[in-house]
Amino acid sequence: MANYIIRRLLLVPVLLIGVTLIIFGMLQLLGPVERSALYVTDFPKNEKQIEGVIKKYGLDDPFFVQYWRWLTGVKDPLTGEREGGILFGDFGYSRTASQDVIDIIKTRFPNTLDLALWTIFPMISVGIWLGVKAAVNQNKFIDQIARVYSIVGTSLPVFVFGLLLLMLLYANNQWFLPGKMSDWVSRLIYSGEFKQYTHLLSVDALLNLRFDIFWDAMRHMIMPIITLSYINWATFLRVTRSSMLETLRMDYVTTARSKGLEERDVINKHARPNAMLPVVTMMGSSIVGLLGGVVITETVFNYPGIGKAAADAASQLDAVTILGLAIFTGLILIISNLVVDVLYAFIDPRVRLS
Amino acid sequence: MTEKTTNPTGDNRLLEEAQSDRKIGWFEQVLGPDNYRIVTGLFKTPASIIGFVLIIIFILVAIFAPVIAPPVGNDPMKIPRDGFSGEPQPPGSPWNSNVPEIPFWYKPLTGNDKWVHLLGTAQGQYDIFYGIVWGARTAFETGIVVVIATVLIGVILGSVAAYYGGWIDNLIMRITDIFMTLPYIMMALIFSSILTPILGRSLLPPIIAMITFGWMGYARVIRSDILSIKERDFVLAAKASGVKNGRILTKYILPNAIFPTLVLATLAIGDVVLSFAALSFLGIGTEIGYADWGQVLSFARNWITSLDRYWYIVVYPGLTLTLFVMGWNLVGDVMRDVLDPRMRGKI
Repeated sequence: MANYIIRRLLLVPVLLIGVTLIIFGMLQLLGPVERSALYVTDFPKNEKQIEGVIKKYGLDDPFFVQYWRWLTGVKDPLTGEREGGILFGDFGYSRTASQDVIDIIKTRFPNTLDLALWTIFPMISVGIWLGVKAAVNQNKFIDQIARVYSIVGTSLPVFVFGLLLLMLLYANNQWFLPGKMSDWVSRLIYSGEFKQYTHLLSVDALLNLRFDIFWDAMRHMIMPIITLSYINWATFLRVTRSSMLETLRMDYVTTARSKGLEERDVINKHARPNAMLPVVTMMGSSIVGLLGGVVITETVFNYPGIGKAAADAASQLDAVTILGLAIFTGLILIISNLVVDVLYAFIDPRVRLS
Repeated sequence: MTEKTTNPTGDNRLLEEAQSDRKIGWFEQVLGPDNYRIVTGLFKTPASIIGFVLIIIFILVAIFAPVIAPPVGNDPMKIPRDGFSGEPQPPGSPWNSNVPEIPFWYKPLTGNDKWVHLLGTAQGQYDIFYGIVWGARTAFETGIVVVIATVLIGVILGSVAAYYGGWIDNLIMRITDIFMTLPYIMMALIFSSILTPILGRSLLPPIIAMITFGWMGYARVIRSDILSIKERDFVLAAKASGVKNGRILTKYILPNAIFPTLVLATLAIGDVVLSFAALSFLGIGTEIGYADWGQVLSFARNWITSLDRYWYIVVYPGLTLTLFVMGWNLVGDVMRDVLDPRMRGKI
């Protein structure tokens, strides 16, 4: 076990260096003027300023010199302050949003987390339940329905589904709303009367016992939650079904049946726990996917998370901002993948032995 | 006890195959028994047949686009506009300015001799019908280019890694891991928005971005297929008789390992088109007015408060994209079963 964890930990620096190299490589495709946003807020205006900036931050130095400077930042010779340096959490300045990229992350990431928090449970539980139901009733009506759903579910694009939801649940009747919160909630937060303990709006609302705000948060999140669940249900259903079918054919299941156990116990106690192993891997990767920012869903519903921030910056071709967001997302993904892999090794002994 | 030859119970497929004197057609001779099984397996279920029909319909639409919707102006890929007014027009509304030629099928089918906006117009009076018909070409173009390029990269890297092994294998597979860590849509979005100022607005930036971040799956699949073939007798025989490494890889191993990868790759066209549509939905890629499903759908983003009135700017292009992807998914679903060795003999 320790052996496995050490091997897995050794992969982390490799991934970190690789991911930063890829992102820095993409940065180098930009001109020095755009890249200067890594260190300074103002756009250099004339020839002279441009030259000055290039010289000061060495924007035409060799690749690896710049890479190192990008990681650790530059000391200003006059004031002695560090400028840039992603290792210190300085991801540059977003000229389209007029704020530091790290500030964008600070305001947007809690929203992405909030959404992920409420999506995880319906996404996983319903998906698995459908898969088990389909496998137990193989080739019967419910199984056929499930199979049709898993095909349609994977074929209907997220943004089409999202637009259809908006059409049915918002456009005419305003049952549920796009965005993050209603105006009166944002005014309340701005006024400071509403204490923000966690910066996750729904959780804060519960902690403040403001159920009207909680309902408002939910009204804004229901549509993205449905969308994210629906795409993941199809995959959960498929994986659970095939794994469950395989398990039901195992000898020990037959043994359990021939001992005279009730079918319900055979399925719930003997077959299902063992069929869950591949599903657990899926769970890991879909939760990680939710944290990594769900670009399309957030954009369709105008939900101000990390993914929406990336899409906005991309459509305005603000590369420094998106690359800053990408570094952050990359870090989140590397860490959460590590956690998932280690947890998985605890659950399934075959992983750590291989 | 009388001597009698009976087959043992159980899976007798191999035995029956060895005993039978069934005719082997030229098609099977060309493909070999395994690949033949894959191809015939694809045509045996209703799901995959529906899938093939959908795909063929889209191929026909793409080929006969000029007949179905005669081009207006110099660039047929630009969706013709009927004026510049912002508000979308419902299906069946008359075409006022910039009227295209009326195709031969129109009169007998509709009994109308004036061309109308069959599926309505999006904002800016872009005709949705044109966007859908000519968009089929964009879909196949991007799908085929991206799939060919990603397969090439994946096969080269994967086969080099598998064949040479050791540190080369380690290096290539770690690079693959690193690329796999990054979220696909986000990276494709980022890279194409970096490439757009350099290359200009066209299909090129998203295509290059999707290739850069899309090859890893093929590298892994071909690597594991080659690893299992590498140790077969005929490869060892070739090695023993002094054939060069490169030649062994290209002439002996790849032809025997590549077929499943190629089939999977073909079926990935649906996914590629889906991602491409997602990128153009987010506003990356072609210039506004280019016939491309994702872009037609992105027009709907400005009308979310009144989508109940302008349903046609979502429903028609959305349905088109869904049916396209579904065609490939239906075939792909059957494919997965056929390629799965545990399903051998069941299809």
